Amino acid sequence: MIEKDIVCEAGLEHNFLEEIYSLPGGAEIKKCIQCGTCTGSCPTSYVMDYGPRKIFSLIRAGFRDEVLNSNTIWFCSSCYTCTVRCPKEIKITDVMYALKRLAIKEGRTKGRKTAVLSQTFVSMVNKYGRNHETELMVRYILKAEFFNALKFVTQGWNLLSNGRLPFKPHRIKHINEIRKILKKVDELGEI
Amino acid sequence: MKYTYYPGCSVKATANLYQDSIDAVAPLLGLELEELEDWNCCGATAYMSVKELMSFAISSRNLALAEPLHRDLVTPCSACYTVLKKTNTYLAAYPELRQKVGKALEVAGLSYSGNVKVRHLFNVVIDDVGIEKISSMVQRNLEGLRVACYYGCQIARPETDLDHPDNPKSMEALVIALGATASYFPMKTHCCGASLMGTEEELALRLCKNLLLNAERNNADVIVTVCPLCQMNLDVYQGKVNKLFGTNFHIPVIYFTQLIGAAMGLPFKKLGLHKVAMKIKGEPKRILNG
Repeated sequence: MIEKDIVCEAGLEHNFLEEIYSLPGGAEIKKCIQCGTCTGSCPTSYVMDYGPRKIFSLIRAGFRDEVLNSNTIWFCSSCYTCTVRCPKEIKITDVMYALKRLAIKEGRTKGRKTAVLSQTFVSMVNKYGRNHETELMVRYILKAEFFNALKFVTQGWNLLSNGRLPFKPHRIKHINEIRKILKKVDELGEI
Repeated sequence: MKYTYYPGCSVKATANLYQDSIDAVAPLLGLELEELEDWNCCGATAYMSVKELMSFAISSRNLALAEPLHRDLVTPCSACYTVLKKTNTYLAAYPELRQKVGKALEVAGLSYSGNVKVRHLFNVVIDDVGIEKISSMVQRNLEGLRVACYYGCQIARPETDLDHPDNPKSMEALVIALGATASYFPMKTHCCGASLMGTEEELALRLCKNLLLNAERNNADVIVTVCPLCQMNLDVYQGKVNKLFGTNFHIPVIYFTQLIGAAMGLPFKKLGLHKVAMKIKGEPKRILNG
């Protein structure tokens, strides 16, 4: 049960629905018929606070905090099973991406390790033009898993001993092109 | 047949065994893979979670670089395939996105008109080389090797060039053509947890456990995959799965190009098969190395 002390209708945020509609692909949630195919297909729904079907229901009812603070959006692995199975052809994975971006934008990422990894990934790509997996993991561990660092040792060794752990990053030649592109996008504003 | 090749970041690093086998096998299959000069990261799922327009813009830079070459853009990585293909589709479908990305590319002296076809290396091997041709090149008998064909998510979804999105059968056909046996493996397009392995480890380990159990119960000796992330999760983390769930799996996870190479009689090390974390030993080793 989702418990929210609804003192009156005003306690809900009706603007939230409009906000989601304005996100790319967001308006599609109007079409949701609450069939639950998404939640039934989702490989990670069993650990989610609310499955994708409930998330859509919550959005429509104006439960902004519940949606954006839920672990649901961070447990989406982008497997796209819900997206291809949705009978109303809603791009559910894209809606999850949009919710992730909104949560990050509002700083609702406390304890959300996936958000830390994603942001670290972005800074790697902006720096080198490519992802450097070794540095990504080291930086991620320092930020989010400092006290669990030991648990990564086995995997690191597994990779290292099999010649699969490069130390040197690949930096693209025209990293200035990436910088120019990013600067321009910043000026244009996100979609 | 000449293609523009987009390896992706993983294939150049933790999945270098994939590249080893591609280097060895592609020339024999008649595939000329010319690496895209100065390609950048596609953005993967992570960039999309943080900034949308930026992720489409940097992904488009690759398409812009590939367009003047007038060849298909081929990648061996399912994540790169999905992202680059999605960029293509969305640029075509959303004029506002196309316009903004165009402006961003322009400041870098680039432009993209939407004419690059993005393809997965697996589909190129199946559709352009063809199973018949591959079977005629078999040098080593893989008889007795039982293979679970694992497609994973992103080669099958959200868009796909496979023969079927839920129940593809082209990898099974390939395995049979190489002389091995394709095990029944109904979880062939289920999720391995992807990058959640780094952040929500227990969750991803459980998804891998389900896949490994499915392969083991159907007597598979090896799992064959087409994606660096699937290989990493199922192979490098298999020891951790065993520890967490008290299982005793030992199922090496190899790339489809490694299997093709072994069937063509190429040496074990040249194919990078020695870099698989769950060591290939016993009968499977005898067959693949024999």
